[in-house]
Amino acid sequence: MDPDCPVYPADALPDAETLYDSLREAVSRALRGLPPERTHLVGIHSGGAWLAERLQRDLALPAPMGTLDISFYRDDFDRIGLHSQVQPSDISFPVAGAHLLLVDDVLYTGRTIRAAMNELFDYGRPASIGLAVLLDRGGRQLPIAARAIGARVDPAPQGASLVLSRGDDGRFVLALEKEPTHG
Amino acid sequence: MANPQLNRNGELTHLLTTEGLPRDILTHILDTAQTFVPLADRDVKKVPLLRGKSVFNLFFENSTRTRTTFEIAAQRLSADVFNLNINVSSAAKGESLLDTIANLSAMQADLFVVRHEASGAPHLIARHVAPHVHVVNAGDGRHAHPTQALLDMYTIRHFKKDFSNLTVAIVGDILHSRVARSDIHALTTLGVAEVRAVGPLTLLPGGLEQMGVRVFTDMQEGLKDVDVVIMLRLQNERMRGALLPSAHEYFKQYGLTRDKLAAARPDAIVMHPGPMNRGVEIDSAVADGPQAVILNQVTFGIAVRMAVMSIVASAG
Repeated sequence: MDPDCPVYPADALPDAETLYDSLREAVSRALRGLPPERTHLVGIHSGGAWLAERLQRDLALPAPMGTLDISFYRDDFDRIGLHSQVQPSDISFPVAGAHLLLVDDVLYTGRTIRAAMNELFDYGRPASIGLAVLLDRGGRQLPIAARAIGARVDPAPQGASLVLSRGDDGRFVLALEKEPTHG
Repeated sequence: MANPQLNRNGELTHLLTTEGLPRDILTHILDTAQTFVPLADRDVKKVPLLRGKSVFNLFFENSTRTRTTFEIAAQRLSADVFNLNINVSSAAKGESLLDTIANLSAMQADLFVVRHEASGAPHLIARHVAPHVHVVNAGDGRHAHPTQALLDMYTIRHFKKDFSNLTVAIVGDILHSRVARSDIHALTTLGVAEVRAVGPLTLLPGGLEQMGVRVFTDMQEGLKDVDVVIMLRLQNERMRGALLPSAHEYFKQYGLTRDKLAAARPDAIVMHPGPMNRGVEIDSAVADGPQAVILNQVTFGIAVRMAVMSIVASAG
């Protein structure tokens, strides 16, 4: 867990670019001591993949990054079915023995991260897996913690989700969207 | 009449035919298949989508290749797969089709993959299974072979990118071919510029023009400037009837040789659903030549069948 990360209530979050700056610093700290040639960012579609692309560029990381779409590994496939826009996962480097830093936009229940780890192990046995998230909104249902965090959200938004989007200029925008009520 | 393949929410719950299948569903299947193709390069080639589900392969008509690709596809989705060769079991003992299905449903089947010599058998099964059970047609009579058509569409899209400017010729025994029928429906829905049917008059069914197909009995004319050639297998039993003079005569007129293929565009691809009769409908020089994509079809077939099974299994 990143003890230095700032904490904001859901209704007073700074803009996404400020949060990204904070995440970039945290990721930079988290990568210290890891072998740069064997340490890869792995972004989770879609928000995490955008963040990983930007981090890869801004931190000038030498090893290639990857992306994951965890649709085929979700534990609620039975209930919600297959997403209509599944993206192919792209892990073009050997996973066995590599240090991986998973990147996602919002950490909530932890189920997405579990699915991502399951998928990564199907590519090989990594040396280690860490986690970097733009926002940690609490509410964990699994024993999962992030190593690098842009900010913690406390108190978490009630009945709403935090949604990251990327503008045409590549800048990030964060919005609070009311969750659909399941009938 | 409501489309029996779709549930109340418009989701694909059975795959029975490509006829009347909306374009967005066809495209969704092809897009999903595309995400499964890279799995073949991984250490573990499986994803857990159908973990705990039971897939029953019901082949009332023999087909080693199609059954095997369905089996591989189901296993790559982590399903438990059961192969039933019905010819030598229940049906031979006189059990009715629906009794067989009722018994297998009582064994907690989640998905039936059905091949049957009678047209419409998968439809009949789909009407009688419980709402959470799904049916995929693996070929019924002369009627439909939708997963073959979908893997053909996938192969065409892979090599040609876009359907809208393509001319596609389907060559051979169109009359008896469920592949041809399913291909024609899928190609038309996906909006190709022109579909052609090429073959002897005795093997061309009526009503092709009404389906928007241009009919040719001359091979050279039929292949002129096409982008895709889909060869069909000439079933040997046709030769015994009065439909054709001899295999040799057929090869001379409709067998795909390099000379005949020269009429097509230079970058045309050659497809065949298999199994091939070399020297009857296709010459070895073409079958093994640079324009043939016949083995690509087999590989893509696994990804396409994974896509179909995972999509129907996720329908509510």
